Amino acid sequence: MSITKQDVEHVARLARLSLSEEEKERYTAQLGQILGYVEKLSQLNTDHIPPTSHVLPLSNVWREDKVELSTAETLGSPEDILSNAPDREGTLFKVKKVIE
Amino acid sequence: MNFTSLTATEIARKIKAKEFKAEAVAIAYLDRIKALDPTIKAFNEVFTDRTLQQARMIDARIAKGESTGPLAGVPIAIKDNMLIRGEHCTCSSKILEGFRGTYDSTVVRKLRAAGAVFLGRTNLDEFAMGSSTENSAFHTTRNPWDVSRIPGGSSGGSAAAVASRMAPLALGSDTGGSIRQPAALCGILGLKPTYGRVSRFGLIAFASSLDQIGGFATTAEDTALLLQVIAGHDDRDSTSVNYPVPDYSVFLQKSLKGLRIGLPKEYFISGMDPEVEKAVRQAVKVLESFGAVAQPVSLPHTDHGLAVYYVLAPSEASSNLSRFDGIRYGHRTKEAKNLLELYEKSRGEGFGPEVKRRIMIGTYALSSGYYDAYYSKAQKVRTLVKQDFDAAFKEVDLIATPTSPSTAFKIGEKAADPMQMYLSDIFTISCNLAGLPGLNLPCGFSKDKLPIGLQLLGRPFEEGTLLSAAHHYEQTQQFNKETPRIAV
Repeated sequence: MSITKQDVEHVARLARLSLSEEEKERYTAQLGQILGYVEKLSQLNTDHIPPTSHVLPLSNVWREDKVELSTAETLGSPEDILSNAPDREGTLFKVKKVIE
Repeated sequence: MNFTSLTATEIARKIKAKEFKAEAVAIAYLDRIKALDPTIKAFNEVFTDRTLQQARMIDARIAKGESTGPLAGVPIAIKDNMLIRGEHCTCSSKILEGFRGTYDSTVVRKLRAAGAVFLGRTNLDEFAMGSSTENSAFHTTRNPWDVSRIPGGSSGGSAAAVASRMAPLALGSDTGGSIRQPAALCGILGLKPTYGRVSRFGLIAFASSLDQIGGFATTAEDTALLLQVIAGHDDRDSTSVNYPVPDYSVFLQKSLKGLRIGLPKEYFISGMDPEVEKAVRQAVKVLESFGAVAQPVSLPHTDHGLAVYYVLAPSEASSNLSRFDGIRYGHRTKEAKNLLELYEKSRGEGFGPEVKRRIMIGTYALSSGYYDAYYSKAQKVRTLVKQDFDAAFKEVDLIATPTSPSTAFKIGEKAADPMQMYLSDIFTISCNLAGLPGLNLPCGFSKDKLPIGLQLLGRPFEEGTLLSAAHHYEQTQQFNKETPRIAV
């Protein structure tokens, strides 16, 4: 499996991951090696084999669509959750301008 | 009283009988951590004052005659990828710097209700990706049997803590062997329950179709006690199974007479450490002495399991880890000029090399044009791996294998070569692909006095059979009772 530096840059952009030049070189070689190893899957004929969607016979689980207030006793108060934000303004998460 | 040589079951019983107080037990373990952890580095944080506060609360409830749970006053260490309300949770990653849990994960909530006392957060390979703790952004945990060696991973901190008796119990998570492999390398018991047996709510996800929470302990009885507390259905995890939880303590005494144990020929491969093979075969003979019957079985797709895993686990991880974007929590770059740069640089600065590598593999495998060749193909081969087990479990009740192909390796020995590191999980991965329960049982030592582990795999929801085999084994073989010299 041959992976080019352009492949690595394309995938890094899809993954929203900035990589240094040194990382790009390293991952170009290593991704090729790892994907080369998993190539062995193509040795097997799986034409009539269904993919595993779940290891257990589970069906979809439904619950009532009921609004519940998140509190310190349940999943955290709004203040608990906002206090984890790297930047905030009042009760809002603060981010860079989205529209250029 | 030497509290740190007691089992969790003994501690719980004696606290309940008012022979000693939960606070005294907590102090003993905290003292031991203070003495040993600067060398072993199992913990990312020790809770100290909160630990003591929790212990005193248990004592107060016992003094008032209130009913307390089955783990009342028993200290436990928690892998640092499960949320505890108000405490930091890092996944041993820089990207979660400053983050605190806003709620208790379901396992933590259940442990709290059972009266357990939390000692601290234990080290792991970043986001549970690794087999040595060398991928932790903070430090590498040392194997208590030889501090120049790795403890295994990813739950290496929890395993090292229990092996050196800095905690009688610990929680870990297992995606491809992250409980069983460190348990083997540290010489203790480690149980990965059936997928869906224990709620994953509040466990920071790595690969959701493979992740499962389980426990570390030094005896089968303690392993059963811990599983009893954490097992069960949870409305907040739709993959947790609504299936009755049996009384696991009943299984401990259950006879092994006629129990059929399968030895898969694909797991006894040439090139395996001969000391490991010898100890594992010897352990099966011990189980036969209790009336079990060993026979060969075949799991023909074993060799493809690792390749399946290294497509599926990174694919799921690349999706799960997209939530770490520097917006709502964790590290945010100071260098960004726009929103795209904010995402890319926050993630580039926050994730370590192995996590980036897996995000790259997973993103590649899921990207347009490659999905069928990698992800879809791997899900089909996963079906073949599962069918192997279904067929084998028609002939046998239990499968026995080595847990790890070798004993603990030296720090740095495999760090430079990701493929070499991935191969150390070769015996533990298929169990996750098929969703089965798996247990590591200490079954000997190498001539260098490094622990060797036997892996027992069972049918879905038959954790009891694994515990029964382990408990019988411990009646005549006491490798689980040996403590590393550093911890004596």
